[in-house]
Amino acid sequence: MSELGEIWVYLAREPLAALTATLLAWLGALRLQRLCRRHPLANPVLFAVLILAAGLLLSGIDYRSYFEGAQFVHFLLGPATVALAVPLHRQWEAVRRSALLAAVSVVTGGLFAAAVGVGIALALGAAPEVVASLAPRSVTTPVAMGIAERIGGLPSLTAALVIASGITGAALGPLVLNLARVEDMRARGLAIGTASHGIGTARALSVSAAAGAFSGLAMGLNALASALLLPLLWHALAG
Amino acid sequence: MIGALTTLLSCQLAGEVLARALHLPVPGPVIGMALLFTGLLLRGREAPPALHATADALLGNLGLLFVPAGVGVMLYLPVLARDWAPLSLGVLAGTLAAIAFTGRLAQRLLRGR
Repeated sequence: MSELGEIWVYLAREPLAALTATLLAWLGALRLQRLCRRHPLANPVLFAVLILAAGLLLSGIDYRSYFEGAQFVHFLLGPATVALAVPLHRQWEAVRRSALLAAVSVVTGGLFAAAVGVGIALALGAAPEVVASLAPRSVTTPVAMGIAERIGGLPSLTAALVIASGITGAALGPLVLNLARVEDMRARGLAIGTASHGIGTARALSVSAAAGAFSGLAMGLNALASALLLPLLWHALAG
Repeated sequence: MIGALTTLLSCQLAGEVLARALHLPVPGPVIGMALLFTGLLLRGREAPPALHATADALLGNLGLLFVPAGVGVMLYLPVLARDWAPLSLGVLAGTLAAIAFTGRLAQRLLRGR
């Protein structure tokens, strides 16, 4: 028993276990996705998060100690965001012709996303800090947290809502775009990237190079525009 | 591959330093993306094959990189239980409406281009 205890202490202290669990959950999630014949609803991020959250809740391990190990995966988000410049550059000939109109779509769509979320929350009588946390949810996580802080939201709740919006858009976005008869791959990429940041971009990249490039562009532009405009608008309207 | 990884990390580092020094509201990696993109444009030719390979490897598994932060949603189960209606509707309807709206708008604006 004490030997088992020692092993447990070792596993809890070193990042190895959390890192391995994250990769195993991801591989399991990809297998589940294939089993569902890559249906858009079968989102691997959602599967992996559910597997790991259930595992942590069942074993009584708290999130903080899990993240100690998993942060090595999390760290790669930074260089991966920088790497989005590569597909954008590869598609630049296609993007350049429509860059200005794409930017107009993204900025308008980003503000629309914030307004609808806020409107729904207000209509359902949510607490003010919950409403403010919902406003920046379509923006990539670090920017969204910064915006939430400046408009009186809860940054960490915003982070959770950002992930949820990303998974929602990645899973249901393609179906909605089909229903809305948006066939242009550029427009599909812009829509997913505007509303569902990097998680949506991951999905778009796996479907089409053009959609992926436009989605990455939309994510970056929406981060920039929302960071500048949302706090200004918020204080003008609420103040 | 190490060279390509160094390029990515250097751009991110420069982005982080710029964001802090100039008090920019945009995070370092997004500025790093703009820096790398500008660099590739100025270079004028195809990006080096190693950079393509490394970027594709990272972006091919982009979903995985969101998993550790995503598991953090479990910390908010109490808030989610209390405000579940506005939160779930705000996220679900808000995101889907925004996707339909942005997609239609972009398709209309980009038509014929």
